[in-house]
Amino acid sequence: MNALRNLFKGKGIEIAKEAFDRTILVGKFLCFLHVTNNYICSPTLVFGPSMLPTLSITGDLVLTEKISTRLGKVNNGDIVLVRSPENPKKILTKRILGMEGDKVTYLIDPHNSEKCRTITVPKGHIWIQGDNIYASMDSRQFGPVPYGLVQGKVFWRIWPISGFGSLGEEV
Amino acid sequence: MGALNFLWDTAKKSFTAGLITLTVSDRYASIAPIRGLSMHPTFNPNKSTFMGSPVDDRVLIEKFCLEKYKVSHGDVIVFRSPINYKEKHIKRVIALPGDWIQILNSYDTIRIPDGHCWVEGDNSASTLDSRSFGPIPLGLVQGRATHIVWPPQRVGKVEQKMPEGRLRPY
Repeated sequence: MNALRNLFKGKGIEIAKEAFDRTILVGKFLCFLHVTNNYICSPTLVFGPSMLPTLSITGDLVLTEKISTRLGKVNNGDIVLVRSPENPKKILTKRILGMEGDKVTYLIDPHNSEKCRTITVPKGHIWIQGDNIYASMDSRQFGPVPYGLVQGKVFWRIWPISGFGSLGEEV
Repeated sequence: MGALNFLWDTAKKSFTAGLITLTVSDRYASIAPIRGLSMHPTFNPNKSTFMGSPVDDRVLIEKFCLEKYKVSHGDVIVFRSPINYKEKHIKRVIALPGDWIQILNSYDTIRIPDGHCWVEGDNSASTLDSRSFGPIPLGLVQGRATHIVWPPQRVGKVEQKMPEGRLRPY
């Protein structure tokens, strides 16, 4: 009886130790995932009409990299993920059309008129616009956005397979 | 061979430790020093000293508020400067979306747009804040300062407080 109890005791400790080790391993793995996602690159599902025809309306799976954002290396023509200035819980996918100091000319109301306006992007800000100017909520409505809101640069499409490949700059 | 193994082990351990630290400081809490006098007298009231040498206050910054972007009036927040993304500033939230705020030294009252907040330093004489760059998007917020953790004689909670009579009922 005693021997049996001892055996169980030993087993219990062993199991607890194993469970502990596993938990630590999972924890480490999650940390690794967090760091890769936040500092190197992460997959993102983007959808909506604003980036037609570059990205489809039903949803594309793209890779975003975070390195060039951190180093300040994003440039005109890059597609970026930006935290919406109007609702911080939302992330927008847009193309950069002007860095700080650039002059940007845009159509105020593309549906009805050809009226243009030119503005200079202020220091530390960028001008973002969707590729589909008819259905896009972007800098034309809320003005230039601070660079600090940029979350990453979209550089590779994974899904749909037919569009697999790099999403370079095309202005 | 033993030395090589030892080196490899140390490298692996420090890598893991780095990963964990980075994750915790990104998601849960981190500690940051406060430079400058813009939040005087809340932080750096008079050059505090520790063992004879002057030190800046260090504060605990919690990141849980980032999940829902819930900040309230009077909170002290850390945010990326809208002018230079590499700088981080620490200021007090005075107004939230939808509030009407009266700007000091002028009779203007402006409405804070959706998703923005109005931040000001406690030391109105020397601070670069919303009075110079306007309301900032909440997306720039990086965390909320809750406690002072260093130097030892200054350990304590960071109080929420609001200057009187700045918000207009509308």
